[in-house]
Amino acid sequence: MLVINNLSVSIDGKNILKGINLEVKPGQIHAIMGPNGSGKSTLAAVIAGRDFAEVTEGTVTYFGRNLLEMAAEDRAKEGIFLGFQYPVEIPGVSMVNFMKTAVNEQRKHKGLEPLSASGFLKMMREKKEMVEIDSKLTNRSVNEGFSGGEKKKNEIFQMAMLEPTLAILDETDSGLDIDALRIVANGVNKLKRNDNSTIVITHYQRLLEYIIPDVVHVLYDGRIVKTAGKELALELEKKGYEWIKKEIENLN
Amino acid sequence: MAKDQDKILTDITTGEYKYGFYSDIEMDQIPKGLNEDTIRTISEKKKEPGWLLEFRLKAYHHWQTMSMPHWANLEIPPIDFQDIIYYAAPKQKAALDSSGDIDPELKKTFDKLGIPLEEQKHLAGFAVDAVMDSVSVKTTFRETLAELGIIFCSFSEAVKGYPDLIKRYMGTVVPYTDNFFASLNSAVFSDGSFCYIPKGVRCPIELSTYFRINAAHTGQFERTLLVADEESYVSYLEGCTAPMRDENQLHAAVVEIITENKAEVKYSTVQNWYPGDKNGKGGIFNFVTKRGLCRGENSKISWTQIETGSAITWKYPSCILRGDNSKGEFYSVAVTNNHQQADTGTKMIHIGKNTRSTIVSKGISAGRGQNSYRGLVKVLKNAVNARNFSQCDSLLLGDKCGAHTFPYIEVDNQTAIVEHEATASKIGEDQIFYCNQRGISTEDAIGLIVNGYAREVINKLPMEFAVEAQKLLQISLEGSVG
Repeated sequence: MLVINNLSVSIDGKNILKGINLEVKPGQIHAIMGPNGSGKSTLAAVIAGRDFAEVTEGTVTYFGRNLLEMAAEDRAKEGIFLGFQYPVEIPGVSMVNFMKTAVNEQRKHKGLEPLSASGFLKMMREKKEMVEIDSKLTNRSVNEGFSGGEKKKNEIFQMAMLEPTLAILDETDSGLDIDALRIVANGVNKLKRNDNSTIVITHYQRLLEYIIPDVVHVLYDGRIVKTAGKELALELEKKGYEWIKKEIENLN
Repeated sequence: MAKDQDKILTDITTGEYKYGFYSDIEMDQIPKGLNEDTIRTISEKKKEPGWLLEFRLKAYHHWQTMSMPHWANLEIPPIDFQDIIYYAAPKQKAALDSSGDIDPELKKTFDKLGIPLEEQKHLAGFAVDAVMDSVSVKTTFRETLAELGIIFCSFSEAVKGYPDLIKRYMGTVVPYTDNFFASLNSAVFSDGSFCYIPKGVRCPIELSTYFRINAAHTGQFERTLLVADEESYVSYLEGCTAPMRDENQLHAAVVEIITENKAEVKYSTVQNWYPGDKNGKGGIFNFVTKRGLCRGENSKISWTQIETGSAITWKYPSCILRGDNSKGEFYSVAVTNNHQQADTGTKMIHIGKNTRSTIVSKGISAGRGQNSYRGLVKVLKNAVNARNFSQCDSLLLGDKCGAHTFPYIEVDNQTAIVEHEATASKIGEDQIFYCNQRGISTEDAIGLIVNGYAREVINKLPMEFAVEAQKLLQISLEGSVG
């Protein structure tokens, strides 16, 4: 579904991604790991369509379409979801109103009628139960005054509401205690189907105990330097990123 | 409500000034120009008693000694007061008789504005006084209200029918010497609404006045007088629109409110005068004096305003808190887009003991719009334990607009507590991207964020108006991004 070919990206003239190749097939879970500053979040943002980086080389296609030519909101409507590392607060905008707008935009895109008020509230209720989010949170303004953990759970709740085809979770585990981590992981697992895919971006192996990836990539200095099965995550946890760094230096 | 919000979103894409049409109605109007004869003619046309003509003339002579105020943060082009028509009334084909039927042409105009003048068709719970140019054309639900002893009629009728009430209250809150525009209004005002709520009556429906400027080259000068007697309550709404024209038209109104002991008046405005075009050509000059007097103890006056229209707005709905324990409130959202300018705010004058006031002002500037909040909180010597809380927020869209805050605080009593909070923010790119990533377009995202920002004020409006106000905010900001 997603094919990234030799993607290079720079921000303010500085090369951040240096020739990324990645293919995500339907039903797969990919984990992208790597030390801070390796370009993980930049990759997520470029796929989601944030207009801050310059693509200097390469292509990104999504179901055969040139993703880089699509506006961020169109990518979202086509089923790409980004779980933000730092979810944004929007004071005064209620979660209900925000989600209703988002869900109905997506429905409009698919040629469906907007949901009725009661139909929408029923959907909210079901999804809230599914991802175990406190119902009080959805009565408040978008992320306003939420704790770090609540914000992350709210991302998973939104993911459940929008049922994406391709979800990218950017450091969703950072700042979570073990209970919140379990809730977030459960949510992701429940939403898993064999026609949708997830890219989990993480620094630590911890989350991958709950979300079992099919493929693990290590991103280092703007390149994917290693790709293997789920066992790679465990190895990394044991040996640390220094091991990768050394391995690369040896190669050079 | 939820359904309406969906509609709002679709409406934004087609948002232009919707009320810019002109109705071709035969008018009875006097020639341009202002002098003593003009005033005598207006008074004569309205068959007014001598005391009122005298009031007008005194105001006119006082006005002649005054000059345009220039202290506001506004660029006002010179206004030629001799180049304005001071009286223009639609000629009603079927004269207003006892049955109260109105000219079908006029009815059509108000239908088009969404203000049906037939009672059976009207939104449940609203009574309307419809004012076109210089005269009131119809007041609905009068009989129903009369059963409760509530008087709701045009100002001209009140002068004839209730001269004692008018004489007792008119000019007591805004004297004819008050300011340049109030003096001008006192001299030439042609109509407006009058409302009296008797002792102990809670008005069961919303009362409203709808102001429509139709004729070219005319100014609209109306007066509204609201009196809430002891332990009474009324919620009052005001709406306004005008045709799109290249010329600037002047609207200089006076609103006076008096509340006696334990009475409460809630006054809401959705101001949607034509704002001028994208290049700043045309639009209404809105120079209005609105003031309420909490005369009685434990009385309350609350102003809520949504200001989206006008080329220039100069307006400070105020409260004089004379009665002990009286309360004043001011909730405002003012939008300036394109070349619009607004200098608006309030005055809270604490005279009585334990008086309280709350000010919440939300300015939104876009395009080249300039938005100023100007507010005075004054605590007099005897106002023991006065409290004020003011919050002034500014939201900027783009980098060519401006937001300004001019708070004045004068405290003469040491027991007073006066708080002032102010914030200025821009809609963040990260907020917009967050919405985009959920499938919401930038335009819709701004609509959501702006309405969220203004929600605290919009929630103070009666529900039908709240929906209208949300739509207006989005339409007013159409095209202000990117």
